[in-house]
Amino acid sequence: MIEHRPDAATAKQELTAKYPSKLAKKRGQQMVANKVEDGNVVPEVLANSRTAPGIITQRGCTYAGCKGVILGPTRDIVNITHGPIGCGFYSWLTRRNMTDPGPDGENYMLYSFSSDLHENEIVFGGEKKLEAAVREANELFHPKAISIFSTCPVGLIGDDVHAVARKMKEELGINVFGFSCEGYKGVSQSAGHHIANNQVFKHIVGLDDQVRGQKKFRVNLLGEYNIGGDAFEIEELFKRCGFELVATFSGNSTYGQFANAQTADLNMVMCHRSINYVAEMMEKKYGIPWIKVNFVSANATAKSLIKMAEYFEDAELLARTKAICEEELAKVEVMRKKYAARTHGKSVVLFVGGSRAHHYQELFKELEMKVLAAGYEFAHRDDYEGRKVLPTIKVDADSRNIEELHVEKDEALYRAYLSERKERLEAEGYTFSDYAGMMPEMDTDSLVIDDISSYETEKLIELWKPDVFCAGIKEKFVIQKMGIPCKQLHNYDVGGPYNAFRGAVNFYRDIDRMANSPVWKLTLASWQEESVESASPVLEPALA
Amino acid sequence: MTLLRHTPAGEIKEREALVINPAKTCQPIGAMYASLGIHGALPHSHGSQGCCSYHRSTLTRHYKDPVMASTSSFTEGSAVFGGQANLLTAIQTIFSVYDPKVIAIHTTCLSETIGDDMVQIRKKAFDDGKVPDGKLIIYGNTPSYVGTHVTGYANMVKGIVRDLVKASETKGEHLAVIPGWVEPCDMREIKRYLNVLGVPFVMFPDTDGVFDAPMTGKHVFYPKGGAKVEDIATAGAAKASLSLGRVATLLGSEELSKTFGVEGDVVDLPIGLAATDRMIESLIKTYGLTVAESINDERGKLVDLLSDMEQYLWGKKVAIFGDPDQLIPLTEFLKTMGMDVRHIVTGTEGNYIRDRLTEINPTANLKVGGDMFLLHQWMKNEPVDLLIGNTYGKYMARDEDVPFLRFGFPILDRQGHQHFPTVGYMGGIRLVEQILNLLMDRIDRDVEEHKMELQM
Repeated sequence: MIEHRPDAATAKQELTAKYPSKLAKKRGQQMVANKVEDGNVVPEVLANSRTAPGIITQRGCTYAGCKGVILGPTRDIVNITHGPIGCGFYSWLTRRNMTDPGPDGENYMLYSFSSDLHENEIVFGGEKKLEAAVREANELFHPKAISIFSTCPVGLIGDDVHAVARKMKEELGINVFGFSCEGYKGVSQSAGHHIANNQVFKHIVGLDDQVRGQKKFRVNLLGEYNIGGDAFEIEELFKRCGFELVATFSGNSTYGQFANAQTADLNMVMCHRSINYVAEMMEKKYGIPWIKVNFVSANATAKSLIKMAEYFEDAELLARTKAICEEELAKVEVMRKKYAARTHGKSVVLFVGGSRAHHYQELFKELEMKVLAAGYEFAHRDDYEGRKVLPTIKVDADSRNIEELHVEKDEALYRAYLSERKERLEAEGYTFSDYAGMMPEMDTDSLVIDDISSYETEKLIELWKPDVFCAGIKEKFVIQKMGIPCKQLHNYDVGGPYNAFRGAVNFYRDIDRMANSPVWKLTLASWQEESVESASPVLEPALA
Repeated sequence: MTLLRHTPAGEIKEREALVINPAKTCQPIGAMYASLGIHGALPHSHGSQGCCSYHRSTLTRHYKDPVMASTSSFTEGSAVFGGQANLLTAIQTIFSVYDPKVIAIHTTCLSETIGDDMVQIRKKAFDDGKVPDGKLIIYGNTPSYVGTHVTGYANMVKGIVRDLVKASETKGEHLAVIPGWVEPCDMREIKRYLNVLGVPFVMFPDTDGVFDAPMTGKHVFYPKGGAKVEDIATAGAAKASLSLGRVATLLGSEELSKTFGVEGDVVDLPIGLAATDRMIESLIKTYGLTVAESINDERGKLVDLLSDMEQYLWGKKVAIFGDPDQLIPLTEFLKTMGMDVRHIVTGTEGNYIRDRLTEINPTANLKVGGDMFLLHQWMKNEPVDLLIGNTYGKYMARDEDVPFLRFGFPILDRQGHQHFPTVGYMGGIRLVEQILNLLMDRIDRDVEEHKMELQM
């Protein structure tokens, strides 16, 4: 911990001082000292803007967002990457999505499928090879569905993956669909999320209208990816409280869940950035209202569960949910106190993907740690400033390239009683279809940075020396070489689950370990230290 | 319960189009790895930012160390109109923010398909004054739809020779050494041999000290290691060259010979006894040296270990997958141990690879340009006692209940590969030790209680 950190405005100047002037100006708009005014008004931040060429960025590409993030955790669809081998190889098992197919279930998540395009196909076209690949996949595995993901060169040579998909669907009699998710589309993974969700909505949701399981309290969870087993924790809680989970988009999910998702009565949006479109489309088409939830942190979990129960206007459900939350919160509180005593007053910065940079702040609050700075890798302005700014977001050329689905009310399946319930509850002050954004919930004078670069990351550490840094695999060891422990929040390193009540305690334990691990005090030997007095590290005993 | 539960045994159908569980990846990551073996170089990926992100992530997961590289960050406009504008902006940004000695650009399937001309863009960057005095830009053409990650390494090595080596009328006494795709510690071990044998040399690329940087409380953006640009330049004045691992180094070796008149041997990576012998024989041929007693001792220790332990190794069946330059000497070494290499798969294609592996081991199931799905089917039909390959083999190993030696790239779930060499005689000792431990642990685990033995 350091006594005097330069303030956010000074830090911002330091971070951009070395840049060429045009770049400095642009980056300046992507960094703001947070200021929360009445009505949750916050400063504007430039987001979803192109990465400056040459900058070492945290960002990935559209293919990564589409295949890796959204379809990655779905177990019984054969996902074929159409392109040279690399993209399929790199998105193979690298996000730690977990699934439990049971003893006989289908599970293709451990496989990597690629059409492995060679030079010949780049010159003469790869559609024939793709067709053959789809046929071979069908013959070997007999899956329910096969999906096809376009990589950069596929877009350039003009292979029509959708035409191939239509042809194969007819020929094989199973669902086959494609994604135009070439890596160069959009400015980050975010474009890939949008493309993925659109196709899942278009080609799967609504195919199966049979109501299975219990008839009431039917919910979908959107934007949860079962990293490190998060979904398992949430699923168990839903069961205990009495909710029927119809579909998760897309952690621990199956084709059948998506096909049946329209039979739910409520959608909950967890990662707003990756999936808000699905919630909007389902409301328009089927009348299912959506609420923003968060299962990261014990308090957030309790709040979300109770809000879900309140929606269903069922006294028994609400009472049971409240009782479970009370019981679990009491257990968590004992552990929280134990760990917070060791993390109290320490500081953290979080630069990760989408909602995680926001959600995990709740957990750090529970650990009594101060969030100095935060930002997203692939956010849009509403993720920072809240959905109230949606009408003022300018649509640029890169966003216009992403298809917007035109959705209309499905006269047969639209359930008016859901929208009536929404209206009634809204009158009582219950909020739907809203996301307040990250900034209103952060301290004034904390620093918000969109699309932070590796250079800025290092500079920020030099200036502010946080006790813990949250980022991804590419940044992790840079940060740790600087003597600061780095928690990956994309895939949790090897830890988790961190969701819901037990997950929160896991997180407390891991952050205590990281912030207080003796290893960070061993960097220099006595003869390397400037001041010999501080040489011998005082090691704190680990928490029993 | 099995993990890869959909992989069938029995009759194996030939696939024409679908690759399942690749035993290879794409060119640019190899180029990135080679570039990082130049001190003060920043690899630059010319394409959309996902490629760079994936390659950095995979190398980082393998080494648990920082891997720095920049990208041209193509968006749809660059894909349509070409990437020149992005690359020129990138070059300017890189020199002002990251100040490398060298930008080592590799292309991607995107920029190659568009047809971006690296020679012309590089010239324009110099003409437009975007390159500060004394700074360099080198490049390698690495379209992902040709070859594999090994090809990418080879192409960047060729770029290093073409762009950094200087021609020389007079020849020195030193040897230009091009190691293939091996670990930083392997490069260090090869340098130790050269030092012990008294051979003056310049080695490039050299990732020793790059991916195994010490923890100091500072992030050193350009780590201590890496071949220095001024040293690489002297390769044009070398007495001879020695290239280790033909697939990854032949292009560089040929470039040295054609452009700079430096001739030399291309031998196998020195993995195992015979391949290490051949590396030393090549040095004897060039330098007429007497092999140091300490090296002879190391060789003797390896043979001693093999003779002491042959009863545990003899006839054991092995399945192996990975990169050709490693598979060739490793298969040979396993045969030296008396093991029976049943199944061999490499994702990289080439007649040379097929011929060498067939020559070393004519009776194995061999697929050059194959995938791990096929290897798994072979293992189901004809079980083995040991599986050797990168981390992605762990699922097959668990399903088939086979001891598993992690070897090659990438290793994402174990440590040590960056620190403990597997080349040379001592590296051979390490490999035998690892194999023995796996086989003996297996005996200890499976043996009936009344047959448990203290000594083995």
